[in-house]
Amino acid sequence: MNNNSTKQKNGILLEMQNIHIDGYSDDQWHRIVKGVDITLRRGEVLGLIGESGAGKSTLGLAAMGFVRAGCKLVKGSIRFDGTDLNTISEREKRALCGSRITYVAQSAAASFNPSHRLIEQTVETTVRQGLRSENVAKTDALRLFQDLQLPEPGIIGQRYPHQVSGGQLQRVMTAMAMSPKPDLIIFDEPTTALDVTTQVDVLASIRQIVDQYHTAAIYITHDLAVVAQMADFIKVLRYGETVEDAETRKMLKTPEKDYTKSLWAVRSIEKEEKQSDDIILKIDGVDAAYKGKTKVLKNVSIVVPRGCTVAIVGESGSGKSTAARVITGLLEPMKGQVLFNGEPLPLILKGRSKEQLRRIQMIYQSADTAMNPRHPVRDILGRPLEFYLGLSGAKRDRRLLELLELIELDESFVDRLPSELSGGQKQRICIARALAANPELIICDEVTSALDQIVQKGILQLLLRLQADLGISYLFITHDIATVRAIADQVVVMFQGCVVEQGMKSEILNPPYPSYTQLLLSSVPEMDPDWLSDLLEERSAL
Amino acid sequence: MHPIFLTIMKRLGLSVLTLFIVSVIIFSTVEFLPGDFGQAILGQAALPDTVAAFRRELGLDLPLHVRYFDWMGGVLTGDLGTSFSGRGTQGLDNSRPVIDLIAPRLSNTLFLASFTALIAIPLSLFLGITTALYRNSIYDRTVNTITLTTISFPEFFVAYLLVLIFASFYKVFPSLANISPDMPLGELIYRSALPALTLTLVIVAHMMRMTRAAIINLLANPYIEMAEFKGLSRVRIILHHALPNAWAPIVNVIAMNLAYLVVGVVIVEVVFVYPGIGQLMIDAVTARDIPVIQGCVMFFAVTYILLNLFADIISIITNPRLLHPR
Repeated sequence: MNNNSTKQKNGILLEMQNIHIDGYSDDQWHRIVKGVDITLRRGEVLGLIGESGAGKSTLGLAAMGFVRAGCKLVKGSIRFDGTDLNTISEREKRALCGSRITYVAQSAAASFNPSHRLIEQTVETTVRQGLRSENVAKTDALRLFQDLQLPEPGIIGQRYPHQVSGGQLQRVMTAMAMSPKPDLIIFDEPTTALDVTTQVDVLASIRQIVDQYHTAAIYITHDLAVVAQMADFIKVLRYGETVEDAETRKMLKTPEKDYTKSLWAVRSIEKEEKQSDDIILKIDGVDAAYKGKTKVLKNVSIVVPRGCTVAIVGESGSGKSTAARVITGLLEPMKGQVLFNGEPLPLILKGRSKEQLRRIQMIYQSADTAMNPRHPVRDILGRPLEFYLGLSGAKRDRRLLELLELIELDESFVDRLPSELSGGQKQRICIARALAANPELIICDEVTSALDQIVQKGILQLLLRLQADLGISYLFITHDIATVRAIADQVVVMFQGCVVEQGMKSEILNPPYPSYTQLLLSSVPEMDPDWLSDLLEERSAL
Repeated sequence: MHPIFLTIMKRLGLSVLTLFIVSVIIFSTVEFLPGDFGQAILGQAALPDTVAAFRRELGLDLPLHVRYFDWMGGVLTGDLGTSFSGRGTQGLDNSRPVIDLIAPRLSNTLFLASFTALIAIPLSLFLGITTALYRNSIYDRTVNTITLTTISFPEFFVAYLLVLIFASFYKVFPSLANISPDMPLGELIYRSALPALTLTLVIVAHMMRMTRAAIINLLANPYIEMAEFKGLSRVRIILHHALPNAWAPIVNVIAMNLAYLVVGVVIVEVVFVYPGIGQLMIDAVTARDIPVIQGCVMFFAVTYILLNLFADIISIITNPRLLHPR
């Protein structure tokens, strides 16, 4: 470790005072950070938490003396280890960033240069800034790869980014941030893009290495349960202002502000499970593959009872979305059948009648890309009304307003374009578009994963209400166990293209579990600062 | 076997197929050119019998497909046939093999193209990279304006302007580029300087702007932002992090411009009286000298196909996803 004389333990490392940052959008400047203070001592981890637009990433970058293009620091002082980052030159800032302050980004896959080997990128700053010779830096990097429990630490550095999985890349990026032996690392949502089972490993590696090297860190996330495992202190941000800050345990036990409590909003919905013997959809013994490649679904059978919600859970690549594509006819299965109301559906889309199409509708994860940006809400909802129900003129307009009322929006939305809607409103319009066809079954593919907690809660409550009022059945694809608890009657667990379990929510989410379900459920972070330590202890004991 | 090798072999196969199709098109299009060589040589007053006999002698009376395979067979063995011109009506035969006509002209054209490329490619890359580095600066705007101006003028205008400046006002270079193969290299370069300079001015803008755009396009990527957070200098970011990912579009534009240098420079040849292949082809078209036209166009097709193949290969090997598959 670096034995710099200024490195006393517990001295103040970073001090940001009264930070104001403006961002430029819609032809004017908006204040996006309004007077936030941050004080960080050596070796401490601060969790910055808030929803999208809270200004947490902007603050994280400001801690490195950076502002993104289109933003400007209006007011405030940033002192890093006695140096004022506002007054130093670009050259001095470059020397500081990358060696004493480093950054770990959300999407590792996009943040590595596709053209260079991982080891070169890992040691680049360390070598370029002359901190250590290339050989020493590479040896250090190998040790870091080992500490971060990367498989084949000796070889992995020789690979290119596309040859390594997302979870591994995220750890290599942590190694890259550790390579210059910095005093401070900014982690910007480092595990948000990962599956829960992978997230556990990455969180454990990050925490262990930050401890081991006694590095200070700012950990930015929207997930309170994650930050609870990582941070000594938590600061809750909203609209660029501090809502609350406190020591982690205190924050979790006795949050003072209502807003802080609302951050785990979805976890407060509990649906009573419903049973029904009337089967609306049954897929039976389905095998499927994309373009003759390896099978992505192996003998998959799923049953959806009428008026109920069946949640399919599993990690990315488990075949959840492929199952949905088979049901909707977008992908022709190699074998097996799809029964709807007891009758077999043609396996390819072209073979299905308009009536068969009408009864199964779909809502997608990204409402942004699922709507034509040039169509106003009137056209988006009007099209299925004309196509499936043959409505036009005044009848169509009347139905349009009814639909908007169903999704709790008023008539002022009729002429808006998707770009004039918030994320939650967009997803509501997508729900209304599915409802327009008067479907019997709606397939929801990760419909809430891109949304903030409070918005998620609103959407889930809307879906539950629609089910109660209209008797629609849902097939709900998600990787989030809290969402499953909130909305499902039955749960299907998928792993590597197979159904591991199907059953009532109460059966699946309570012991005894098959081993994979156990792994999946235990990997979901809990609102308990000791959760990760306990879990790791438990797993190593096995 | 490395998958890259397979891909390249596939591209090669496709190139051969393309060349075959092109040869069919060339052969049949030339057939449809208005006018008849026999009539043109023998004059309006010639008797139909004489014309027919002359056509028979040249093999023009045979059916199209027979002549195609005849010609193709010759091409494959390096024989492009015999030029029609030079044949007299009185039994004198001064005609020459097409290959002898094309070879010296082609070598002149390739010399001028290489000479120009050696100036233009490094210059465009340098300008493209530096304008990307200092984008929106005075330097960037000046370079953009100048290159856009030179590309906007017609070629002959640029050529005469250069002649006016470098041959009339300041007698630095000769205004005529009448080179011959027995000249020493220095003399060749001296004489072709003005045509090369003209062509450089014409093609630099295109390549430079694509280089600049390809690099700037990449600067919005998260890995470039990451490189900034790593405290790397701007030069390092552009050269080491952006450029390696920008080669595919740049190389494609370079290939297009090189092909242009071989096949499209007839105006510049005319202005400087440069004995290139463009002039030969125009003359052949005027004289309805079918074998020469076919020979020239085949060379043009090969040039395009080879340069595009080359660009494809560069694009593939600069893409690590293809070069190092999972």
